[in-house]
Amino acid sequence: MSTSTSNSVAAASAAVSASRARRSVINKKLVLTLVAWTIALVMFFPIFWMILTSFKTEAEAIATPPSLFFTPSVEGYIEIQARADYFKYALNSVVISLGATLLALLIAIPSAYSMAFLPTKRTQGTLLWMLSTKMLPSVGVLLPVYLIFRDLGLLDSRTGLIIIYMLMNLPIVVWMLYTFFKDIPKDILEAGRMDGASTLQEIFHLLLPLTLPGIASTGLLCVILSWNEAFWSLNLTTSNAAPLTAYIASFSSPEGLFWAKLSAASTLAIAPILIFGWMTQKQMVRGLTFGAVK
Amino acid sequence: MSTLTLKNIVKEFTSGSGASASTTQVIKGVDLEVKDQEFVVFVGPSGCGKSTLMRMIAGLENATSGDILIDGKRMNDIGPAERGLAMVFQSYALYPHMTVGENMGFSLKLAGVSKEERAEKVNAAAEVLQLGPLLDRKPKALSGGQRQRVAIGRAIVRNPSIFLFDEPLSNLDAALRVQMRIELARLHAELKATMIYVTHDQVEAMTMADKIVVLQGGVVEQVGSPMELYHHPRNRFVAGFIGSPKMNFLDITVTGVAGEGVTVRLPDGSERLIPVVSQTEDGASVIVGDSLTLGVRPEHLMLDAQGPFSGQVQVIERLGGVTSLYLATPDGSGDAPIGGLKSDEQSDSGWILMADGDVNSRVGDSIRYGFDTERAHLFTREGLALQNLNRHPLTSLTRQDNSLSSASAAQEARA
Ligand SMILES: Nc1ncnc2c1ncn2[C@@H]1O[C@H](COP(=O)(O)OP(=O)(O)OP(=O)(O)O)[C@@H](O)[C@H]1O
Ligand SMILES: [Mg+2]
Repeated sequence: MSTSTSNSVAAASAAVSASRARRSVINKKLVLTLVAWTIALVMFFPIFWMILTSFKTEAEAIATPPSLFFTPSVEGYIEIQARADYFKYALNSVVISLGATLLALLIAIPSAYSMAFLPTKRTQGTLLWMLSTKMLPSVGVLLPVYLIFRDLGLLDSRTGLIIIYMLMNLPIVVWMLYTFFKDIPKDILEAGRMDGASTLQEIFHLLLPLTLPGIASTGLLCVILSWNEAFWSLNLTTSNAAPLTAYIASFSSPEGLFWAKLSAASTLAIAPILIFGWMTQKQMVRGLTFGAVK
Repeated sequence: MSTLTLKNIVKEFTSGSGASASTTQVIKGVDLEVKDQEFVVFVGPSGCGKSTLMRMIAGLENATSGDILIDGKRMNDIGPAERGLAMVFQSYALYPHMTVGENMGFSLKLAGVSKEERAEKVNAAAEVLQLGPLLDRKPKALSGGQRQRVAIGRAIVRNPSIFLFDEPLSNLDAALRVQMRIELARLHAELKATMIYVTHDQVEAMTMADKIVVLQGGVVEQVGSPMELYHHPRNRFVAGFIGSPKMNFLDITVTGVAGEGVTVRLPDGSERLIPVVSQTEDGASVIVGDSLTLGVRPEHLMLDAQGPFSGQVQVIERLGGVTSLYLATPDGSGDAPIGGLKSDEQSDSGWILMADGDVNSRVGDSIRYGFDTERAHLFTREGLALQNLNRHPLTSLTRQDNSLSSASAAQEARA
């Protein structure tokens, strides 16, 4: 038994275990990738199928087994545009979701400021209470809200939806801004005060620029939530202020074959927000995961 | 002309809510007088209220009661910006989204100063601090020392009547700290401004201050020049806090009280006359038989084969010029039993002796040593000092007397 053999044995076994370790790293990566793709596909498949269906004729749309290969047609799109003006609904959606978002930010920024930098004994409780209102089912307050809107003449108005969406998103917006503001070192604002900044100047010159990524992602989330909201828009609007969610719903009444047309309408309704979300995803992720000033 | 006066300042914080709310008094009635162009340093252990006191002066925190006067005008209800102060934060607190130039010019911008004038003032301040080449950089791209200089520059640009510094150098490494210390001293001479400086670094306090304010638990323990605090501490806390390494303390009994001092009996049975008054500042007199605490600084102990104290060397720190001997002394008795002390008690019952750099003691050696009775301190049971009969000649010295500019000015005056 020479030492050289035992050395080479040891070296060989070390090499084996090293390559095993490397292989296990590769395997882990592979599994993770597969899982991620599977989840993504499962989640995206319905949307993919809907877009596919929207380019079929009504007959192809209900065919079993479903046809994967077909000559795409825009018949569905033409028909639905003939029945209802897509652009009117789309404009409503844009105005309402942007309006609600701006209004929510306008109210939430000062409230989050005071909660983050001038907390009182009740601040934590207030924050929790605000969040708890999100647990209340909307249906529970439908009747009072409907009556209030009727009496104020807000039914089927953009203003009405802007207000209700703003209220709906306010707890989340305040919470998110609160956490972003909390990340700002107090010293910086105090230095601003020593430099002669009023509270408003403090907010505009220091706080907002420093938390811009966070505010942007909060705003984006708020736009998306408002865009996708269907309960209030269906119950509080009929035609004038109806956004795209109401537009889709108006095609769901069963009259003959409607799968292709409904798919076309749905595709049109989600297309803007899908593109918007895709374009801003970096911003969203950055704001939501890293905090404001990292 | 910028003076600051604090009159009986009290600060309370309330924590908890409802019935469980509790109020803590953090500053317990502070009186202080800061003269024009003075460099005042607040020192004290962590949590003693240095920052709180400074923040009240700045206007970032309201005083619960008491008056804050700047140039004789009551400032309690005036906002931070209108008090004419500038503050340099420990964390620098630079605006991360602005360039160095914008950071420094921010206060002027808020005050509506024109762009040209702003640039002029920022450039002037940048020149003083050698920040010229960095004006277009963001704080992120600066080193710690550079950030610190920008923070100071931001204060200078405002041309404040009083500068406030809250531990401005504590985030810097040792070498940079020395450099910034000198730079700050230079700035103080150059700007002729009143400065208040918080630190818990002894050396900063001793080297920079005209006047040191020692705080403990929200109370001012003593105010005085560095040499005054060193040579004439008011009480045992100040004696132990000022000076490094710490003063050594030993319980002894009084055997004689006379006009030329108080005689005490040492552990070995010998007696020494310490030249101190026999009355504390609050009028209590010392009589024969009282037990007192003897305080001797490590640098006033000396190796002496006939000395009254004995001890065993536990640790030796050789710094080249001086050597610190950490000694185990059996409390009360003159004969040290070898290895008789547990290590965690060492700092309390052990003594430190500063000896010559060439001393050849070894760990484990039993040594005898004595002390300079002229420079020894005596404290009553309550911790109050019996003041030395002889005022130290340097106690009224301020930092300005140590700097070159005033020395040359004095020479010129003499010529
Ligand atoms: N906002 C506050 N609410 C309640 N207690 C506070 C508040 N700010 C400070 N304190 C308390 O006041 C005391 C003094 O704090 P301060 O920050 O002034 O100490 P410090 O001397 O600056 O200490 P350090 O050297 O550690 O900076 C501490 O006990 C601290 O817990
Ligand atoms: Mg502090």
